[in-house]
Amino acid sequence: MSAVTVSGEQAASTKARVIQPAWVRALHWTNAFAMVLMIMSGWQIYNASPLFSFTFSKSITLGGWLGGALLWHFAAMWLLMVNGLIYLAVGLATGRFRKKLLPITPGGVISDTKAALTGKLSHTDLSKYNQVQKLLYAGVIILGILIVLSGLAIWKPVQLQYLAALFGDYEGARYVHFFCMAGIVAFMVVHVALALLVPKSLRAMIIGR
Amino acid sequence: MGRMRNLLIPGVDKTLLVRDAVKTMPDLTRRRFIAGGASLGALTLLTGCDVTDQFSADEMLKRVSKFNDGVQALMFNPNAMAPTFPESAITKPFPFNAYYDLDDAPTVDGKTWKLEVRGLVENKKSWTLDELYQLPQVKQVTRHICVEGWSAIGSWTGTPLRDFLKVIGADTRAKYVWFQCADKDGYNSPLDMPTALHAQTQMTFKFGDEILPRAYGFPMKIRVPTKLGFKNPKYVMSMEVTNDYKGGFWEDQGYNSFSGS
Repeated sequence: MSAVTVSGEQAASTKARVIQPAWVRALHWTNAFAMVLMIMSGWQIYNASPLFSFTFSKSITLGGWLGGALLWHFAAMWLLMVNGLIYLAVGLATGRFRKKLLPITPGGVISDTKAALTGKLSHTDLSKYNQVQKLLYAGVIILGILIVLSGLAIWKPVQLQYLAALFGDYEGARYVHFFCMAGIVAFMVVHVALALLVPKSLRAMIIGR
Repeated sequence: MGRMRNLLIPGVDKTLLVRDAVKTMPDLTRRRFIAGGASLGALTLLTGCDVTDQFSADEMLKRVSKFNDGVQALMFNPNAMAPTFPESAITKPFPFNAYYDLDDAPTVDGKTWKLEVRGLVENKKSWTLDELYQLPQVKQVTRHICVEGWSAIGSWTGTPLRDFLKVIGADTRAKYVWFQCADKDGYNSPLDMPTALHAQTQMTFKFGDEILPRAYGFPMKIRVPTKLGFKNPKYVMSMEVTNDYKGGFWEDQGYNSFSGS
């Protein structure tokens, strides 16, 4: 009888310890893979007609030449779009976005940023995001949506001209697409650095606990 | 890889060769042989890359690109017009763009040039420039978008291609209109029929109200505002209405063939 109770408790505690459910982990790493392919091939495409006075080093681009980079970009885009749509649909349907990412308050973000910079931010409960995490994760989801929409506008400025018009036409969409990329890359740098500083968060994203 | 292929005896089916080689091995080894990453290399040697080719990124990318051709054809709305602009928006100077210098651009003699018409058309007569100039012309100020990402707005005047296809009695159920150009490497490009029949797809004879300059494709350019720039052939010598996919100068090197905008 007691054995049954113990194993029941164990099961409950094991379940409670799952920080990142399997679907989140699968979608997260698929997204990471697709994003890296998109960014590296995107840099090669950017190099063909740079918007600014710099180009990306060939060593960090994908595709070898413009044609190859376009093939990678337009192949990985399907992976990114399908993965992203599943993520948005499940995140909204299960209420995960609402539970995990809301509310975000300016006061909370400021106090948590101060706590983070002074090393006082608690990481005991990884299932609850602090205000800085909430802001970053919600922000990168919005950037993700914007980069896909601006990308579609660049890809089909005639067929999707009303979408392109939202970004200030074809040329505007190119700048939006670029700045969203820059934002996502900046996010990734901070995200990876923080994950390395708190290794158990990385573990949770790999094995769930 | 190519050298490896040459080492094989012609006429030997490589797939069968591997199957026979695998059969001679004991079960356990066979399983390891197929599963092992290192052995994939050995398999490659045996088959001259056929096995790896099937799983190669190149092959995957080509297939997705072909799939994307289909998706873009489905997305193509024949009634959607490319945005038009006021004359004040025209890019000056409009860029010369080619994979060669302007000095190497084809010089076509307009007096002797004739547009050759081939394939699935009723009237295969060739057209002189003077004859083409007699056809009704329209002007459009539209944006040229290069596959590289830059864009420029130009003023193009000429005959809608669909009107000309009607005049020559083209079978518009055919899949492509294939253009060949005077460029030294024999530039060519296929245009899918729905795009060829789009109201803005034009046989262009004038740029900015003047006879098309050599830089922009004298004597005739095909202006397709619903496609990327490389699908706008210049220095056109002939057109062929056909059901065969005949490839193109850039398409063969890996640019997506539909490349709609």
